[in-house]
Amino acid sequence: MDAIAPKGFIEVEHFHLAYPSRDGKVAAVEDASIHVRPGEFVSIIGPSGCGKSTLLNAVAGFLKPTRGSVTVDGEAVDGPSADRGMVFQQYSLFPWKTVRGNVEFGLAMKGKGRHARQTAARTLLGLAGLLAFENHYPDRLSGGMKQRVGIVRALATGPKVLLLDEPFGALDAQTRLIMQQILTNMWQHLKISVLFVTHDIDEAIFLSDRIYCMTARPGTIKAEIKVPLERPRLPEMMVSAEFSRLRQELMSLIREESLKAMGGEISAEAMQGLSIDLHGESLASIL
Amino acid sequence: MTRTSLQRNAVFEASQAEPVEEKISALTAGVERKPSVSAAALAKRIFNMAKDLRGFFLGTLSLLAFLALWHFLTAYRVNIYVRFVNVPSPEQVLDSAIKAFHDPKFFSHVMLSCRRILLGFMGAAIIAVPLGLLMGRFKILREIVFPVTEVLRPIPAIAWVPMAIMLWPTNEESIVFITFIGSFFPILINTLHGMTLVDPVLVRAAQCLGAKERAIFREVYFPAALPHIFTGLTVGMGVAWVSLIAAEMISGQFGIGYFTWEAYSLVQYADIALGMVCIGVLGLGSSAAIRGLGYLVMPWNR
Repeated sequence: MDAIAPKGFIEVEHFHLAYPSRDGKVAAVEDASIHVRPGEFVSIIGPSGCGKSTLLNAVAGFLKPTRGSVTVDGEAVDGPSADRGMVFQQYSLFPWKTVRGNVEFGLAMKGKGRHARQTAARTLLGLAGLLAFENHYPDRLSGGMKQRVGIVRALATGPKVLLLDEPFGALDAQTRLIMQQILTNMWQHLKISVLFVTHDIDEAIFLSDRIYCMTARPGTIKAEIKVPLERPRLPEMMVSAEFSRLRQELMSLIREESLKAMGGEISAEAMQGLSIDLHGESLASIL
Repeated sequence: MTRTSLQRNAVFEASQAEPVEEKISALTAGVERKPSVSAAALAKRIFNMAKDLRGFFLGTLSLLAFLALWHFLTAYRVNIYVRFVNVPSPEQVLDSAIKAFHDPKFFSHVMLSCRRILLGFMGAAIIAVPLGLLMGRFKILREIVFPVTEVLRPIPAIAWVPMAIMLWPTNEESIVFITFIGSFFPILINTLHGMTLVDPVLVRAAQCLGAKERAIFREVYFPAALPHIFTGLTVGMGVAWVSLIAAEMISGQFGIGYFTWEAYSLVQYADIALGMVCIGVLGLGSSAAIRGLGYLVMPWNR
């Protein structure tokens, strides 16, 4: 197994994406270049609406760049494929299929026989601790369980890269932490490239080898930050000095862009001004 | 001795010696939280059963109240603008029902109506469901077919009676056709509606798993639209009965609708009510059959 070189070299070069609107063409992403080396875990972080999901969808093959190129292992991305597994924020499990049916879906599309599908699906579900739920329908599962099925389903076809679009955004903090560990665990075993989109700074640091930070719309890559924390990552590391330094750095980068993204007159100075001195009077009487 | 029986024995021994708390902890240690879950499930089941029982009890009560009101209105021949003078009482209807159940002619009326429903409705379902699915998937087909269906749809099936008589060589065929027309549009429109509501993220998920056009249609669009298809079938079945009875009253020689109308012409008032009750029961039965089918076909929707 180890003799097989990891695959899944994602390269996005000078990516532009504009879409038509009433005011002419609006640029969503401008000149973004990113790459994910084989077996690497890379996150894209940025304020909401910065086009980070757009980039991910382009790698998945749902969007074509207006200009620029998207390749995986040197081949241009042309439409979605089972080579690029995707995990969605809304879980997007098929409600009419059981947990195992969902995991088997990709294998069935590959033309695998019933027995091979079942064996593979059960093995993966076992790894994710979901074997007891193989015959349940998704609506009976908790959010964390649903997303575990979502990840297992995406991995079942043996993709070269795994794309995740804010997969843990809808989960509570505790569940999210556990899911992050499960994901890194699986990633380390499978040695595939991961491109992970999030707006959660801690999540990005905890999971990634590298982080791309995007600007507000139109999105471009503002900074690229290496995460030198060792593997395996443990929750204790989140209170280390190194982690805090990275968090500080990313926070100041993001904050600037978030303020821009919010638009209007909000600036760092204006935020300071919000501490109004009431001189002992109630706010109502002043207003 | 198997492991489970050993466990059970251990629990049993514990239950003899220790107080209740110990018993519970022994149970939870053995099967890991299962008892608390099943206790909650049991409580829920009892609660649901109580709710179901209440529903059954109230339902029976209201039916009995209806019968009592009917009996009262007819027994006292109430005449306050609405005249119950000639309306048969429930007892008279029961008498005529017993008589009818021994009469093979009555059964042939019922069977013929059921056959017409089955042919007309099945024909409508077999054409409307695939057509709706394809119209939902292929815009060009929708653009071609939709204007025609929109013009034809508001025409009530009963208005088709004269046209149907001209179109088809036999009376039987025109009645089946009217039943078909009645159920066709609700099935088509609901199927089409179901297709427009398919979550696009699920389609994308399927594409990422290597599904191509045909597989997406079969594995995503079709099951996603199924609940709406069944809504269409239920509504369609209701309209099919409405259309059938109207058609039988106007142009039929047999069937339960004809039976009801004939009873009026022959001044057999009890048979009018019998025909009505019979239509009600048949309609109820056929929508229950569709619900049952939906329950079987959509196990995830239970």
